[in-house]
Amino acid sequence: MADILVYSDSLNTAKELAFKGKEFAAALGMGISAAALGADADETAAQLGAFGADRVFVSKDAALEGLQTDVVSDALAKIAKEADATYVMVGSTRRGKELAGRLAQKLGAGAVTDVNSVELEDGKLVAARFKFGGATVARETVDTDIKVFAVMPKAFEIEDPVAGAGTVVTPDLSLTPSAVKLVETKPKEGAAVNLDAADRLVCIGRGLGAKDDLTIVEAFCTALGGELGCTKSLCDWEWLAENRLVGLSGAKTKPSLYISLGISGQVQHTVGISSSKVIVAVNKDDKALIFNHADYGIVGDIYDVIPVLTEAVKGK
Amino acid sequence: MKIIVPVKTNPDLQMVRIKNRQPVLEAVPYILGDLDKNAVEAALQLQAEAGDTQVIALTLNQGNRKIKDTMKEALAMGADEAYIVTDDALVDTDQAGKALAIAKAIETIGGADVIIFGEGSHDGYSGQVGPRVAELLGVPEIGFARKLTPGGPGIQAERSMGDFIEVLEAPLPIVITVASEINEPRIPTLMNIMKAGKKPSTDWTLADLGLEAADVAPKNKILSNLAEEQDRKNIMLEGDVNAQVAALIDALTREGVLEA
Ligand SMILES: Cc1cc2nc3c(=O)[nH]c(=O)nc-3n(C[C@H](O)[C@H](O)[C@H](O)COP(=O)(O)OP(=O)(O)OC[C@H]3O[C@@H](n4cnc5c(N)ncnc54)[C@H](O)[C@@H]3O)c2cc1C
Repeated sequence: MADILVYSDSLNTAKELAFKGKEFAAALGMGISAAALGADADETAAQLGAFGADRVFVSKDAALEGLQTDVVSDALAKIAKEADATYVMVGSTRRGKELAGRLAQKLGAGAVTDVNSVELEDGKLVAARFKFGGATVARETVDTDIKVFAVMPKAFEIEDPVAGAGTVVTPDLSLTPSAVKLVETKPKEGAAVNLDAADRLVCIGRGLGAKDDLTIVEAFCTALGGELGCTKSLCDWEWLAENRLVGLSGAKTKPSLYISLGISGQVQHTVGISSSKVIVAVNKDDKALIFNHADYGIVGDIYDVIPVLTEAVKGK
Repeated sequence: MKIIVPVKTNPDLQMVRIKNRQPVLEAVPYILGDLDKNAVEAALQLQAEAGDTQVIALTLNQGNRKIKDTMKEALAMGADEAYIVTDDALVDTDQAGKALAIAKAIETIGGADVIIFGEGSHDGYSGQVGPRVAELLGVPEIGFARKLTPGGPGIQAERSMGDFIEVLEAPLPIVITVASEINEPRIPTLMNIMKAGKKPSTDWTLADLGLEAADVAPKNKILSNLAEEQDRKNIMLEGDVNAQVAALIDALTREGVLEA
């Protein structure tokens, strides 16, 4: 019997894929398999079984340490063959997105990465992803015998686990260790933030002249009771942490109020704000693209506008 | 050392307009993507550090009639040489087809020690081509590099995995994809723009790589590619800053988004 095979290095994403994968598999008359790879594979396998997988392929092969793409893609290609997989769905996490291309190449397969949603149409899974930086949504099918989809974390919702566990299969993968060696991991600073859940979101862009001026923006956020997000350069310059990035490579937010400060409105940013209820933009250039995406626009210098705004929203 | 940087020239997304939910690409100029420039810059910095290194920019022409001009930008930044593969079959190919053509072109050039891609292209951003090329060439790959240093067994790379940073090392040859945080691409000087025209640039077709159109036939089918509908009020608030802010607070209160 043909199968849908799911895998992610993130346990939560793997659960989402197993849960939704089971629904697709049932509709397609397929089975649902999962792969659990690495040192904590046993624990992962139990969870994936509880979230829908009929079979879980488990490997704790030492070569999997560090989850390097060449080794993981080798393992998954072998498991896909053994499971007789028609669809392989991996999580489009950083590792997963990197993995998808290499895995697809090994399988002679077409692939779609950064998939935001999957629908079943005429007996085929159709994947939707952003194109042109987020300006459009492309809906694609893959025509090869095996099809690889890398699906974004949280694209699928999960409900409670079901009773029962999948059958554990221990394949013989004979993996070769990667030539890429992990030298060390370094922690990153910065508090945890969840922009997806923010109800009021303030985003700052390159209109900010200096890192120290962030204090002005932070004071506004505090007065408003909003979270702070930003555009890409501010993360690249390490003015703000990566988890504050909003847009194509960052959070896709849905606040009731979004306020942009000194942001031009390029599509890679605006794709992350289009689900906002109300959009406000402040930019000194009256022709800035962001005004096309805004409900309310203020043409002005953020250094003049923010202090007045801060006073005005206090207690609101 | 030899470094090959496969770059993509794509429509300038800031010039793409939407009409009836369809992207309008006519008359939109092609540019070198931002991440492609990061890749060229990373190669030039490796060249400066390692010494005695050749940097080659390689591209597949997917319908850019001014491809030579666009590639001149990579040469003006400092790449030593350019290779351009032009073929009708490349216009509608997909990531698998592009990866095959790039891998064959790299082999035809005579291989490379380091192959540097952007982590994704400017328009498609699939991130598939780099890892696919690594698989085709049978070499290791490190994705999303934010720092590269020659040394150790070959190269050391640092990459951000979101919550933490990984430091990795690997022997050469290797495929690397870089994230935008790795550098600020240099802006070519007038002098270097003039010199770029004199640098060697080679034109190939798929046949020169031993490939046929069927080899790069797409494996994916795009059913539709439409813009999401957006309906915004587009109200500009007039007056001095105090008047603008007062009008905004009024409006937001009426919208019900300022209630505690
Ligand atoms: C593959 C890819 C993925 C990307 N992903 C993302 C992403 O997830 N998120 C993201 O944000 N970007 C992303 N980008 C980058 C994106 O293309 C833009 O470069 C970025 O969003 C621009 O940020 P910005 O608006 O802050 O800067 P700019 O475009 O430089 O705009 C700055 C604006 O500030 C205004 N300004 C300047 N000074 C002042 C002042 N004193 N007062 C008022 N206004 C002022 C200017 O008029 C200008 O409009 C991505 C790019 C690529 C290629």
